[in-house]
Amino acid sequence: MDLENQNRVKSMTEKYGAENIIVLFGAAEAEAAGLAAETVTNGDPTFAGSLAGVQLGLRVYHVVEPEFKEAVDGEVYEEQIGMMEMVLDVDEIVEEMKSMREQFCKY
Amino acid sequence: MSYPVIKGAGYALIHTPDMIIHNGTTQTTERITNPESEYLKKITDHIRTYEEVINYAPNQVYIGNITPEDLRNYKLPWFDKDVPEANRFGKFGEIMPQDEFICLLKIVDSFDLVKLKKEFINNLKVKMQNHPLFKNDMDQLKEGEEIEEIEKMVKEQHAEALYHEGNLVGCVKKAHDIDLNLTAHILFENLVVKASGMLAFKHLINKNNIDVSDIEYVIECSEEACGDMNQRGGGNFAKAIAESVGAVNATGSDTRGFCAAPTHALIEAAALVKSGIYENVVIVAGGATAKLGMNGKDHVKKEMPILEDVLGAFAILISKNDGVNPVLRTDLVGKHTVGTGSSPQAVITALVTTPLERGGLKITDIDKYSVEMQNPDITKPAGAGDVPEANYKMIGALGVKRNELERKELLNFVKEHGMPGWAPTQGHIPSGVPYLGFAMKDLTEGNINRAMIIGKGSLFLGRMTNLFDGVSIVIERNSGKTEEVGVSQETIKKMIAESMRDFASQLLKE
Repeated sequence: MDLENQNRVKSMTEKYGAENIIVLFGAAEAEAAGLAAETVTNGDPTFAGSLAGVQLGLRVYHVVEPEFKEAVDGEVYEEQIGMMEMVLDVDEIVEEMKSMREQFCKY
Repeated sequence: MSYPVIKGAGYALIHTPDMIIHNGTTQTTERITNPESEYLKKITDHIRTYEEVINYAPNQVYIGNITPEDLRNYKLPWFDKDVPEANRFGKFGEIMPQDEFICLLKIVDSFDLVKLKKEFINNLKVKMQNHPLFKNDMDQLKEGEEIEEIEKMVKEQHAEALYHEGNLVGCVKKAHDIDLNLTAHILFENLVVKASGMLAFKHLINKNNIDVSDIEYVIECSEEACGDMNQRGGGNFAKAIAESVGAVNATGSDTRGFCAAPTHALIEAAALVKSGIYENVVIVAGGATAKLGMNGKDHVKKEMPILEDVLGAFAILISKNDGVNPVLRTDLVGKHTVGTGSSPQAVITALVTTPLERGGLKITDIDKYSVEMQNPDITKPAGAGDVPEANYKMIGALGVKRNELERKELLNFVKEHGMPGWAPTQGHIPSGVPYLGFAMKDLTEGNINRAMIIGKGSLFLGRMTNLFDGVSIVIERNSGKTEEVGVSQETIKKMIAESMRDFASQLLKE
């Protein structure tokens, strides 16, 4: 995950409390989404950014996951994400995100 | 309507193994943050030889020796498969080795900032005496320096070291004591842009039988900036490169737009020619050392060679309609505007379907889409997926949503209207333009009638806007008609009648 984004997630978590934060991802690949999710839950696996060794344990969801889809307006979802849902490997992404939540999520 | 044409293309790659280690930002950052890292220890075992780089299929596509379609015959991964009879020189340009390129840095150096070791120069003078483009430039290398002098400049005067095969062979000096914009590091990066841009430009001229004095304007579209502390991005790479190739009748300017810049430049060049301001405009871009080995950590982790080991450069000539070469449809241009929005759907609509609608065309009416043609052999192991394929799927999916395509046809669309990616991940280099060389043949002798060139850029990296950017343009087979406005038969009759009358009255007077 981008070093600057790591800083932003870290400072927002300090400000609002980890229990009040959900991180949403839009990465096109399961692996990339998983790495980003790992960074904000278990810490930066590349040990390059401010979240290296910091286990925030935040709740993480990808925008193609059913939990997110059901929580938002269907029409807006179709307009903003409908096309990408057709293109992405949704099953693979859901599996990867679930695994990250089960392993590292604290909330 | 008379549209401008794509008149010629030149492409060059430069294998830069030592620059991966010393100038790629992934590696320089690692040396600062984690100097004892396993990655830095392992890196030299993962650098490819020059021969391996030549034999690599995507590189042979880049210089035109095999086609993007040929690449489909090679199963991924590509790095462990050689192209039979691969050649350093190709239809569009060449793959240059690092030592020769270091000499080019000296050849383009107008301020005597590049210092090279005596022995290194002497060896290269012999090696390059047969180079078709530079054999007459060897005198510009001069005598060279003693190694002790160079060591002193690197150790005591903040010069940027130049290495070849692990040995110090020269340096680039800083040009100012305190100006951060004229540090040795920045001057090195800028000289790399100039030298690699010149290389592609020289191939463009050489391979397409162009009289360099016919070129009137040059647009440079890489991602570096040159200037000093009072004008950090003042420019002008374009004119500097034009000078280095002897384009005596040209001026030029730099266009920036992250990875989208080459397509912006293509549209600007087309507009300049279409308007009649200039007849021949070249767009050119050099390569970026910062991006060498960008995904090196992932490549090493997966026991692969570091595949981001080449600089990329290109030069394209846009000219007035010759009735033969593919035309740039200046009326079918797509753009991502400030108000477009950032969802992929909005982006693809703005870049693809909006210009097509203007021409009464469907998504399937474009035979080939040239998107960001990043090589998936590089990006997939780094978790970034297959970039061109993802773009084709998005274009196809939009076609499905617009009922121009059956959903079950999506994968066929990707294959038929797409191409496997072959360009090195040098930011602006993969951006639509790598196909232009092939397009010249496909849209004249081949069976393709229409293609779309799409460039996209991540503007948010510069921290001035959160926006993303993109532009596109349709290119088409030339109809053979070059006249702007046809003259009707009636007008001709009238003109003849008037002349006859004039003639008759003249006779009467006499």
